[in-house]
Amino acid sequence: MITLQINGQPHDVDVSPDTPLLWALRDALGMTGTKYGCGIAQCGACTVHLDGQAVRSCQLPIGSVGSRAITTIEGVGSTDAGAKIQKAWLDLEVIQCGYCQSGQIMSAAALLAQKASPNDDDIDAAMAGNICRCGTYVRIRAAIKKAAAA
Amino acid sequence: MTRLYWALIATAAVAAVVAAWIIYVPGPTAFASGSTVALNDYKDANPTGVPASLASADLVKRGEYLTRAADCEACHTAKGGIPYAGGLAFKLPFGTMYSPNITPDKETGIGNWTDADFLNAIHKGIAPDGSRLYPAFPYPSYTLLTDDDALAIKAYLFSLAPVRRVTPKNSLMFPFNQRWLMAFWSLFYNSNERYQPHTDQSAEWNRGAYLAEALGHCGECHTPRNLMQAVNNKRKFAGAVTAGWRAYNITQDKTSGIGSWDVEMTEKFLAHGHVEGLGTASGPMGEAVDMSLRHMTPEDIKALVVYLKTVPPIPDTSLPVPKTLLASTFPSDHEVNENARGAMIFAGACEACHGWSGKSPVLKYADFVGGRTVNDPTARNVAQAVIWGVTRHSPDGVVTMPGFGKAYSDEEIAAVVNYVTARFGAEKSNITAEEVRKIGKQASQ
Amino acid sequence: MLANESSKVPGLSRRELLKSGAAGVLLLGFRVPIAHAASDSFAPNAFIRIGDDDVVTLVMPQVEMGQGIYTSVGMILADELDADFEKVVLQHAPPDKAYINPIFGVQATGGSTSVRAFWEPLRKAGASARAMLVEAAAQQWSVELSTCRTSNSVVIHDASGRKVGYGAIAGLAATMTPPKEPKLKSIKDFTLIGKPVKRKDTPDKTDGKTQYGIDAMPAGVKFAAIAQCPIFGGKVGRVDDTKAKAIKGVQQVVAIDDFVAVVADTTWTALKGLDALDVIWDEGPNANVDSAEIWQALRTASQGPAVVAKETGDVKAAFADGAHYDAVYELPFLAHAAMEPLNCTVHYTKDACEVWTGSQVIGRVQADVAKVVGLPIEKVTAHNFYIGGGFGRRLEQEMAVRAARLAMQVDGPVKVTWRREEDMQHDVYRPLYHNAVSASVKNGKIVGWTHRVTGSAIIARWLPPAFKNGIDIDAVDGAVDEPYDFQNIKIEYVRAEPLAVPTGFWRGVGPNNNFFTLETFVDEIAHREKVDPVAFRLKHLDNNPRLKAVVQLAAEKSGWGSSLPARMGRGISAQNAFGSFISTVCEAEVDESGEIRVHRCVAAVDTGIVVNPDTVIAQFQGGLIFGLTAALYGEITIAKGRVQQSNFNDYRMLRINEAPKIEVHLIPSMEHPGGIGETGTTASAPALANALFAATGVRLRRLPIDRDVLAGRKPA
Repeated sequence: MITLQINGQPHDVDVSPDTPLLWALRDALGMTGTKYGCGIAQCGACTVHLDGQAVRSCQLPIGSVGSRAITTIEGVGSTDAGAKIQKAWLDLEVIQCGYCQSGQIMSAAALLAQKASPNDDDIDAAMAGNICRCGTYVRIRAAIKKAAAA
Repeated sequence: MTRLYWALIATAAVAAVVAAWIIYVPGPTAFASGSTVALNDYKDANPTGVPASLASADLVKRGEYLTRAADCEACHTAKGGIPYAGGLAFKLPFGTMYSPNITPDKETGIGNWTDADFLNAIHKGIAPDGSRLYPAFPYPSYTLLTDDDALAIKAYLFSLAPVRRVTPKNSLMFPFNQRWLMAFWSLFYNSNERYQPHTDQSAEWNRGAYLAEALGHCGECHTPRNLMQAVNNKRKFAGAVTAGWRAYNITQDKTSGIGSWDVEMTEKFLAHGHVEGLGTASGPMGEAVDMSLRHMTPEDIKALVVYLKTVPPIPDTSLPVPKTLLASTFPSDHEVNENARGAMIFAGACEACHGWSGKSPVLKYADFVGGRTVNDPTARNVAQAVIWGVTRHSPDGVVTMPGFGKAYSDEEIAAVVNYVTARFGAEKSNITAEEVRKIGKQASQ
Repeated sequence: MLANESSKVPGLSRRELLKSGAAGVLLLGFRVPIAHAASDSFAPNAFIRIGDDDVVTLVMPQVEMGQGIYTSVGMILADELDADFEKVVLQHAPPDKAYINPIFGVQATGGSTSVRAFWEPLRKAGASARAMLVEAAAQQWSVELSTCRTSNSVVIHDASGRKVGYGAIAGLAATMTPPKEPKLKSIKDFTLIGKPVKRKDTPDKTDGKTQYGIDAMPAGVKFAAIAQCPIFGGKVGRVDDTKAKAIKGVQQVVAIDDFVAVVADTTWTALKGLDALDVIWDEGPNANVDSAEIWQALRTASQGPAVVAKETGDVKAAFADGAHYDAVYELPFLAHAAMEPLNCTVHYTKDACEVWTGSQVIGRVQADVAKVVGLPIEKVTAHNFYIGGGFGRRLEQEMAVRAARLAMQVDGPVKVTWRREEDMQHDVYRPLYHNAVSASVKNGKIVGWTHRVTGSAIIARWLPPAFKNGIDIDAVDGAVDEPYDFQNIKIEYVRAEPLAVPTGFWRGVGPNNNFFTLETFVDEIAHREKVDPVAFRLKHLDNNPRLKAVVQLAAEKSGWGSSLPARMGRGISAQNAFGSFISTVCEAEVDESGEIRVHRCVAAVDTGIVVNPDTVIAQFQGGLIFGLTAALYGEITIAKGRVQQSNFNDYRMLRINEAPKIEVHLIPSMEHPGGIGETGTTASAPALANALFAATGVRLRRLPIDRDVLAGRKPA
């Protein structure tokens, strides 16, 4: 049994320690907001925060998480940056199919928490690991800037 | 006339000495002082065979351990293929060679080989039909194996399920396609002698030497070769390029070798292929760890390290002291401007696992910091990893870096490789797209 | 002004579909009560339910996979119904004849048909329900019908100041007879249509609440991962599952025909189990098929007999003199690679079967699952979900059939997830196409045009009644209705199914191929005739004012003709596809090594009446990125009967740091609504290829763009 600190709450999971956090969240805890996209850290759909840093949960074995704080898309709205990003996402209607957007929002929220007014290069650096097949990139860029200005 | 005559004689003599010096290579353990004795005359613990814990195991079990220690699987398995069924392609400047099927299939494998056939191949590089084997098969190392150990390996291979798989034909250009020429090569470079213990060294050292030289054949990759393509022990373990990857300097040189690694770190690196702050073994060394070293007992790993620790340092000024400082947590504008394409690709395809700082946010195996690979200004191994990817069997399960060579151009790969060395290494590389194209083709497939 | 019959839906292929008889069900979407509406007090038709609690529920005949259709469909219904849009609740439609797409004659979402196909039926559904509510209120108040009006889900009688909410009158409304021809609003009275309305589905997509098929979690669900035979047409030979079964959490290993599945406590365990299986595949007849052979077969087929899909004027005479131009264009196999990998959850018992999945064809899912599990269709419940990207992949239902076959051997519900590699290697691929095209030019105008399209006939498999006379209306869509007045035109089609590789619809469908061919060839001719490509196009557009207007606007907004730095070029494309008229200008830069940077895309769009303008812009932006991704990177190749690409490391996606700036200019229009979802994808490749020519002088006639060719390392 491994205890994970998720969105401020302890959660016990009874799966093997090599299980990536992604599958522990989705299959063992039923927190399906975090998405499976590629399983090789190439798409970013599974992004969560680990002590505030954006990480790919598909590559993070739960055995190595320890007591570090996990924030998922279900909980990011209670952070200042997360709430701003969510609002900007809706204000500018970023989302299309939405499947990648959990990860996009998590990456963007981590960026905003780290850099209060990110420029285009910062956005490139923080967001390039998140693929969107619907092609919402133009609006993601605009929404991050809008959130930063909010 | 006489003076000219003597001058000619002298020149010829000098030339002969020089030629002899060039052709001559010392034995693998010649660097160690003191005398050697035949194995039968050695009084201390037997350095050959299996570790004590397996001493009473059956022949096949012992053979399995020795087969792993000799790392037969790495070369005799095609990428993604059935173990020991051969077919791995070695891309050489003079053509492509394929490793043969060594499962006991009677038609396409070695199922018809007698013990004598097997020993002839292992010790002399001679196939049952009398033809000569190429020294891509490291018989100059395996010749040191005892008959018992060699036959234990055979027993294990014969315990496997036979796999019918015809080995593809080599495509070597003349004169390299003339197998008989290898007879002359063997005259010079295959001692056809079993391991002889050094009486001045400890039993542990001798075990380490047997593991490193007879079984593990470290020098086949890590020691440079001479003009005749023989392992040149004058520069023992000083580093070389094998199958397109750079096998690093593993002498005790503190800057360019592994002299600064303590015993414990060295043991851990051999057993796991990863030590925090030293990076992760990838490419052929990753395979050596996965298929061979990680299966060895702690005592054997320790013996190996005891032996390695005595290999004389040979400095390589082209290799800097690895940078141990973490990079910044975010890229700087300056850096991005200097190599915009590299920064762009790194941000998209690499950062998620490797992190901006070089310390992976998710997997310690993806750390860059302190590793030799990113601190090699030729960046050869970074390029190979990017092109082909890396798969490792870590104690935490299978760890994979996907290959990017199919979808990214050589220009892009060169750019991201140079970005990586500049950001995470002590000295930035200047690899070109042309070099990427070239070295990518050298990797075994 | 507004088309009154659905047969006026633009786009030839759609007209053809209607003629084909496949759409005989056209008006079935109207007035079919659905079983699930039993508890609602007012369910005048398949799309609307109003409860006495005042909740207006709109049932969505088209699936939401990012295109904003729930909001657009909801807006059309709510506008005619005069419902309070803030408060309406949206619901996925179940499989039911009521939701058949009038263009396809199948319950399907695709081909940018949603608004085009449902515009009329939805408006009528809304208007009809509103009329019944008004009639009920009028009856209750004993007032003249005409003295009542509606607003925000309330019927109002101004003279007496009486008001009644839709919920309160719903019961009575249910007893009214629906009007035969409900009166539709005039355009000026629209309260929602044409305004940038906030999407209904997006708030739940910002906090992880939205459920996609892959998120289905029926109680007691087990998790499975699947490995299909990597060789097309191959089967499972031998499976040694000893190592897999030794993994803690692995519950079951099942091999069926051409796939093996591992059932476990988590998807991760199932994936580990798959990796631990030793499977020997029975490779079948395609074990040696490779891309070179497939291309060769296609090229050979292109020389063979063809059917004429269209012939006008005297082509022979047109080619008798004048300047001749010939070219061949080829497009590769493409994977869909939607972000949500294939998945399907099934619970099978002896007497019933329940399916949870996101599908563009939920009715077919239900029917095919019923068939394979051997139950009557009414015993199969198929729940549809939001879809994490469709792009045509979920117009297929074979994944549900596989999941159902597995579920028959599993106790309790089982969720099957295709790992990304499996999804990519077992797609139905956008077919490869070969195009031979010739033009005859006299006095600076194209007067003769022949285009022979060779490729797979997806329609023949997917909608057989629509495949007539050997012509695949999708494969020639955009070729047979090319927009220029070339006068003497011959369009031919050769059906050539690729060896081994299954093909299917892919965002942009047939027009992707035909407009790439048309628009890059026209561009090439313009350059070789030494005429500006915009001016050259305009010369041929006198009979096509809508396209002419967008070409002019795109040129103006993009600064066409103004100078650009060295190695940078501007290219234009124009298209009339999916009932929309669009012109796109792309600005791209190529460095000496052939690396490309797309800086900017500017588009002018006339898509008729716009339901939700922001959605139209978003769809076009996204479609452009989708098309640029394919043009720059997309190609599926085959070796030894297998797909060689596997994941995003070798099947590459455009990322945010490569994305151009995009400007979309909408032209106000009163024409019938056009489709928009596919258009950006169709627009992007020719605009980009033409920009790359302008930047480098290298003419590209194959996709994806070969950077070696651009850099001169390889001949064009």
